[in-house]
Amino acid sequence: MRRLSNRAFTHAALVGVGTAILVPVIWVIAAGFRTQISLLTGEFLFTPVMSNFAEVLFSKTSDFLVNYRNSLIVGGASTVLCLTIATLAAWSLARLDWPRWIVHVFLGWALLFQMLPPLALASAWYTMARSVGLENSFAGLILAHTVLNLPMALWLMGVFVREVPLELEEAARIDGASTAVLLRHIVLPLVAPGLAACAILTFVFSWNEFAVALNLTMKQTATVPVAIAKFAQDFEIRYTQMAAAAALSILPALVLLLIGQRFIVRGLTQGAIK
Amino acid sequence: MTGDSALSRWATFGPALVLMLALGLLPLANLVYTSFHTVTWSGGKPTFTPAGLSHYLALPSDPLLRAGFRNTIVFAIGAVGGQMLLGFALALLCSRVTRGRVIYRALFILPILIPGIVIGAIWKLMLNFDFGLVNQITDLAGLEPRNWLGDKETALASVIVVDIWHWTPFCFLLLLAGLESLPQDPYEAAKIDGATWWQELRYITLPLMAPAILVTFAFRLVIAFKVFDEIYLLTGGGPVTATEVLSFTLYQRFFTEDRAGYGSAMAIAIIFFCSLLLIAALSVRRRSETAG
Repeated sequence: MRRLSNRAFTHAALVGVGTAILVPVIWVIAAGFRTQISLLTGEFLFTPVMSNFAEVLFSKTSDFLVNYRNSLIVGGASTVLCLTIATLAAWSLARLDWPRWIVHVFLGWALLFQMLPPLALASAWYTMARSVGLENSFAGLILAHTVLNLPMALWLMGVFVREVPLELEEAARIDGASTAVLLRHIVLPLVAPGLAACAILTFVFSWNEFAVALNLTMKQTATVPVAIAKFAQDFEIRYTQMAAAAALSILPALVLLLIGQRFIVRGLTQGAIK
Repeated sequence: MTGDSALSRWATFGPALVLMLALGLLPLANLVYTSFHTVTWSGGKPTFTPAGLSHYLALPSDPLLRAGFRNTIVFAIGAVGGQMLLGFALALLCSRVTRGRVIYRALFILPILIPGIVIGAIWKLMLNFDFGLVNQITDLAGLEPRNWLGDKETALASVIVVDIWHWTPFCFLLLLAGLESLPQDPYEAAKIDGATWWQELRYITLPLMAPAILVTFAFRLVIAFKVFDEIYLLTGGGPVTATEVLSFTLYQRFFTEDRAGYGSAMAIAIIFFCSLLLIAALSVRRRSETAG
């Protein structure tokens, strides 16, 4: 009997916390379907309208679709770039005979870099991008997001490449495999689940990043977070449209959560226990 | 090693090295250089006038920076402390459940994946004086509605609560992973000896979890010191300086007021402070590992 009430209490507490997490999200998505009057009067039951979403997506004054595309481009490109560079480097540092001090200094620097406020770097990046004419292109922001996520990717992929059995790699070497063949046919298939975990996190962090994007983009290259911040400041009283924009911007996260929960958990937890 | 080893070594490690040097170290060197100069712009070209240590010397008496520093400390301790306690309690609860654990975990990840700026937008609406859900609930409870973000008594506390909502799941996830990887033998031995759950927690779980708790704590503290996105929309640092945090001070001095030299000095000071935190966390961890 005591066991049963214990278990009931546990579930009640967990459901309570789950509710606390879900309610704000659901409330805001619902607010996106309300009219301004319905939101202000706070009526509980309301007739959903699509006008807010239509306004955010298709009105002449809104660039939301462009921002959405920009975020996909920057997130996609920086994820591919970051994973390629990080996997190669992580494997190189783990398996090729680099002097220990190089490994320590490099990884130590990566750890310190991870701690810097991105804002402190944004200005220097802006000056650099400007001096080579990249200040209003995607290239600057893609490179910035790549380097921002590189320490995490190096760390995670380091864990995953060290899990590849050394005997397999040695056997391939003895059979005369070159480094490229070894990476392509032995290492890559074995770290694929790790890559998936790392890719989801890198993409989400790039999608969410605001401080650097704010300073490295202009109207045509603005990403979703920048657009939302601008929207909220320019039209502070258009609450329902702000809610609709917020709902649209968490869509990719929801999709990734549904299809890749396992990978996300693995990616987020892997670094801490190893 | 085979003949192509030097080539393949540089081909694999080179890109990461170049990127970390060009976009990591170079901007830092740039910041250091700028921090000793005053930058003025004329006709699209910057002019660097040597300023010696004057920017650094001006830092301690900057009222905005003092407010930012104080609030960041309060914010980091309040938010991270709350997240660690809640996250640990949740992890302990969740580790006892067998059924539904996957669903709970999926639910709890959600806030980590939402953009910080959107979390700011969501809670700005939730905490709105006129129609926000929070005031509707306090109204049901018979309390007076409050202007949570506009009142300097409650603004910082509200921001801390939003951050706890945002990051508790992250702490929970890391601590749950730590709990799941603990050995089972000590618990069985404790059960045979008839230990209470409090004794189990105090003498087995906490000591074994110390490294995981410390890593999570350090990780979160670092992110808390960088907080910017959520506060940008929630309060913009206000009212007056009630929620002014370090990133905001930096943003304002560097970008809004366009004082690159002074802003760089501030950035270097913040980076220096972050490094001290990191070194402290690492050395505590090392000591706890050698002691345990």
